Amino acid sequence: MSVLIENARILDPVDGFDAVGSLCVQGSEILARGQAPDGFEPRRRIDASGLWLIPGLIDLAARLREPGQEHKATVASETLAAARGGITSLVVPPDTEPPIDSPAEVELINRRARQACGVRVYVLGALTHQLEGQQLAEMAALMQAGARGVSNASKPLASLLVLRRALEYATTFGLTIVLSAQDPALTGSGCMHEGAVSTRLGLASIPEAAETAALGAILALVEQTGARVHVARLSTRRGAEMITKARAEGLPVSADVAAHQLFLTEVDVAEYDPNCHVIPPLRGQRDRDGLRAAVARGDISAICSDHQPHEPDSKLGPFAGTEPGISALETLLPLTLRLVEDGLMSLHEALARVTTGPAEILDFAQGRLTPGARADFVLWDPTAMQEVRREDWLSAGHNTPFFNWTFSGQVRETWVAGRPVWTLPTEGNPEDTA
Amino acid sequence: MTETLIAHPGARLPEPGPLPNRLQLTDDGQLRHMLTIEGLNRELLTEILDTAESFANMNEKAVKKVPLLRGKTIVNLFFEASTRTRTTFELAAKRLSADVLNVNINTSSAVKGESLLDTLRNIEAMNVDMFVVRHEESGTAHFIARHVAPGISVLNAGDGRHAHPTQALLDMFTIRRHKGDFTKLKVAIVGDILHSRVARSQIHALNILQTGEVRVVAPCSLLPADVDQLGVHVYNDLDAGLQDVDVIIMLRLQRERMEHAHLPSEHEYYQLFGLTSRRLQLAHPTCLVMHPGPANRGVEIESAVADGPHSVILEQVTYGISVRMAVMSMVMGAHQA
Repeated sequence: MSVLIENARILDPVDGFDAVGSLCVQGSEILARGQAPDGFEPRRRIDASGLWLIPGLIDLAARLREPGQEHKATVASETLAAARGGITSLVVPPDTEPPIDSPAEVELINRRARQACGVRVYVLGALTHQLEGQQLAEMAALMQAGARGVSNASKPLASLLVLRRALEYATTFGLTIVLSAQDPALTGSGCMHEGAVSTRLGLASIPEAAETAALGAILALVEQTGARVHVARLSTRRGAEMITKARAEGLPVSADVAAHQLFLTEVDVAEYDPNCHVIPPLRGQRDRDGLRAAVARGDISAICSDHQPHEPDSKLGPFAGTEPGISALETLLPLTLRLVEDGLMSLHEALARVTTGPAEILDFAQGRLTPGARADFVLWDPTAMQEVRREDWLSAGHNTPFFNWTFSGQVRETWVAGRPVWTLPTEGNPEDTA
Repeated sequence: MTETLIAHPGARLPEPGPLPNRLQLTDDGQLRHMLTIEGLNRELLTEILDTAESFANMNEKAVKKVPLLRGKTIVNLFFEASTRTRTTFELAAKRLSADVLNVNINTSSAVKGESLLDTLRNIEAMNVDMFVVRHEESGTAHFIARHVAPGISVLNAGDGRHAHPTQALLDMFTIRRHKGDFTKLKVAIVGDILHSRVARSQIHALNILQTGEVRVVAPCSLLPADVDQLGVHVYNDLDAGLQDVDVIIMLRLQRERMEHAHLPSEHEYYQLFGLTSRRLQLAHPTCLVMHPGPANRGVEIESAVADGPHSVILEQVTYGISVRMAVMSMVMGAHQA
């Protein structure tokens, strides 16, 4: 089907394009950006006056809880939440139950995704067998089944020797290795950032060195092996500075940060708020500012949701006993755009961190609006005020500290492969999906 | 401890945490729960100590019972073993004429899959008035206070490394009985500050009562991060830390600190941080020696010091009853005249 979206402010971070005009969609691809080619006869015309048209978001880390934890969420529930959040492609870490360590799990998730709303779902394969950190997983088979990279999620590796071998083996196939920088012994049973607040609350804490020591080891092995490594979920200023330095030296490393790390700190744990229990933990003000600066510089080239939906019981208990994680698909885009309001970066830079930035890390062709690209995009109403409300929430996990936050702007429609997968319900026409 | 699971329809995610006072005080500043010393004001602490004073006088008489909490049911909900603390809470409740139910929950309930909230709902359904809670995880008392039915009070009898407010209050009571004014005192807290809920509550209480100087003395491996921000002077040398102090509070050293590489040995710890008769002479001549108990003799304290003329360790236990009576009567809105 051919569609003409007219009068939208088209923002494409891939080349800084910013103009009011038309987007022509032919089938599942973009035919033209800016002006319709002569003789283009759309089957459907949409007047998007007053709206922004941006590439659909690519989220590098979203737990969908399938297989194995369907009581928390499902591929169907979470892809719909993603669509509401303007996310058109998401990447599932391999720590499902069982882990994604064979083509069977990849196929299972792909099948579930095909039955869902249409948001593209990708997986990272396990780096080691059962994520146990000892024996390498069959990475080539995983890659052939469609895994976009390999990762041990946040599970530890038995030794730096295993890490070295895993990097070498993955490099054979040009696979990107996604690693979390978290020393398991220094992390221990810690559940929040080590500092004045953990001291006051008496909670077992995670020192900054849990990240920097692990990151130091990773960077040494990247230098040794030449492996292409993506460091997931940085949480410290010092860690961000190490990435900056490594990139300046030409090491093939990239890094991302969870959106909540750019807005919340240890202080938000307040009196044991379990919705602020995340790993890596919310850290200090200096860390938050350091991460923001690295995002602005582009040394952290992707902002992800680190979406981890939970059922209510998981968050119902004394802080340390609750499960870590935030349900975050639906706040990724508003939080990212809030960085523009905060004067941290330009609109195009912010959009790049959730589109072209992550696309580059895992070699996605989407995340842009250029002719020939996949027709994955979002219509954003920049004038609407959006209060984050439980009753509007689509994720099965209601574990977010952002309820009652108000953002300017709202997703109106999300399109994947040339068709709408989500439309903001309007009064009198709540089920309209055009 | 209970065999049935109750799915509570009202169980919802807690709202973002209120500050401690919004949870533990009523709108007019009365004590609703006793969760932590932090954030309470000097007037309220003084009121608690004054109330405890009146009970202490009564406790020294032949008839040790008042009918203040007659008809009330108090549940000692202990998820962590404790003899002394539980016993003094029980005695305090009984001397206020309350009915007392002791519920000791070991890990077996957790194995059966009963959540903390299930346990709470089950006991709550028996129409109780107060929970006295001890749990190994920090923040448990806050969690329970947030989820109990309105009208039920929660007393924190120790949560993880966070707080043990009644212990700190009985320590303040002991100090006040002997020393009066806090403003001129130098107090040293010695030992495993990192893992100590007692130390945290004592530090808050001493600062609220405007103690002249609060010191902590420990090796760096037993000090929590940024501990100075709690309002203490940090000493790594015991001799220096004891210089001219009016009160020494020794903390218990757990054996597992050696296993987890916080310390090399009990022997070396005693050499460096054990309170001996020789070291006691560095302190003020009328110095008090305190310990929340049970003391490890020869590990953190010499027997001669624990049993010596400066020691008020057993008095602390005695006063524990009066202080807990005061807190219980105040949270139940039954203030002693």
